[in-house]
Amino acid sequence: MKTEDEKLAARSRRAFLTMGVAGLAGFAGWSWLRSRPLDQGLPGPLRSVLGLNERLARGYFSDDHRMPEFALRAVNSDTRVNGDIGLGSDFDPATWKLEVQNGKTPQLQISLSEIQQLPRIEQITELNCIEGWTEVVHWTGVRFRDFTARYDPAFSATGAQYVRLDTPDEEYFVGLDAASALHPQTLLCFEMNGKPLTLAHGAPLRLVIPVKYGVKNLKRIGRITYTTDRPDDYWANQGYDWYAGL
Amino acid sequence: MPAEEKHSLAIRWFHWLNFPLLFIMIWSGMLIYWANDVYRLGWGETTLIHFFPDWLNVRLNLPQRLAEGMSIHFVFMWLFAVNGLVYVMYLAISGEWRHVVPGRHSIRDAVLVTLHDLHLRKELPPQGKYNGGQKIAYTSIVLIGIGSLITGAAIYKPAQLSWLTKMLGGYPMARWEHFWLMMAVLGFFAVHIVQVLRAGWDNFRSMVAGYSLVAPEKSANPPREERA
Repeated sequence: MKTEDEKLAARSRRAFLTMGVAGLAGFAGWSWLRSRPLDQGLPGPLRSVLGLNERLARGYFSDDHRMPEFALRAVNSDTRVNGDIGLGSDFDPATWKLEVQNGKTPQLQISLSEIQQLPRIEQITELNCIEGWTEVVHWTGVRFRDFTARYDPAFSATGAQYVRLDTPDEEYFVGLDAASALHPQTLLCFEMNGKPLTLAHGAPLRLVIPVKYGVKNLKRIGRITYTTDRPDDYWANQGYDWYAGL
Repeated sequence: MPAEEKHSLAIRWFHWLNFPLLFIMIWSGMLIYWANDVYRLGWGETTLIHFFPDWLNVRLNLPQRLAEGMSIHFVFMWLFAVNGLVYVMYLAISGEWRHVVPGRHSIRDAVLVTLHDLHLRKELPPQGKYNGGQKIAYTSIVLIGIGSLITGAAIYKPAQLSWLTKMLGGYPMARWEHFWLMMAVLGFFAVHIVQVLRAGWDNFRSMVAGYSLVAPEKSANPPREERA
């Protein structure tokens, strides 16, 4: 018969062994995770969980959930310029027209003055960069939902679920879910802080979508495509979350 | 000496699951923070320490891994949160919260324990499973964990949870709070390691095997909370 001390020693051995095995299993799991084939720059299982996070977020999403809007005095007068992908120098804003593809009618060509006939919206919101910094900016433009109602009224009805935006040179592109694109705070903007957009900030027309990280706020829109396929996204292709919703 | 049961199996699993999960959350958080590393200790133009110093970023291989950091952070947050919440529920249901939540003598006891640990005082106050200092520390770390989840949610979904982000002082403020809660975890961890080393083998083994051979000081003096 074992003494009390022997029983305790056995219990201790068993416990440390269990911890060792659990530790090794955890380490093996981590190594497995890190070695999965990449899906757009991320190990597949991580990409899948981001997909689950997206489904949760889209289920909870609502037009009533809004980013805060600020008073004019909160605006940073010296708005940071960040990112110039898709903003090459061989571009003439004077001859620019916005292309719209909705898969039905032939591609539309829309001028800035036509867009400006839609209800004018002023909005002071944060631009939240995926890097972690924030700028409060005063935007002027038109609601994306008003634009869509005018140029693709069938968008919701036809089952088109997504929107893709490209710069004119197609170097930069973003994909958006329909609900985020049609959120009342999502704007097509032509003025920033009370002045016409500069080229560096995305003239002649840029997207402002406060319910997404800054990476989705595409500058210098060349083409808007309404689509049923989930569009490619420049940064999602490089390991970022496709949804990137706030 | 008779063995006493000290940590239940559940507590031991929560503890050792939390260790790697918390490590992964802090590490992946540092990968994210690097992309906008704006916090420091200092005033005006004077910076005492910038978080984190460049040498540390390089040493830990943090730069240019934002996408990777975000993906890991937003996957492991679920495991970290579930383990923590189940732990809190376990404490509540099992009644073991009584060992952890400070009582009305805990602050005084914590001071006396600290003086004892710093060799400024000979005697230890009477105590139960944990002394006053431990109670305050272990309750604080739970609150810090809960605070990390709340501030984390506020910067993860500032539009969908705008009421929460607003309550915490806005998006930049919530990010700042999230960062300093993480620093508080690191502070807890540093003290915890020193104390575990000081406490010795029996104490460490008790968090693995569950039992302790060292009778707590309560034998002579029942803890105040139990007398009260």
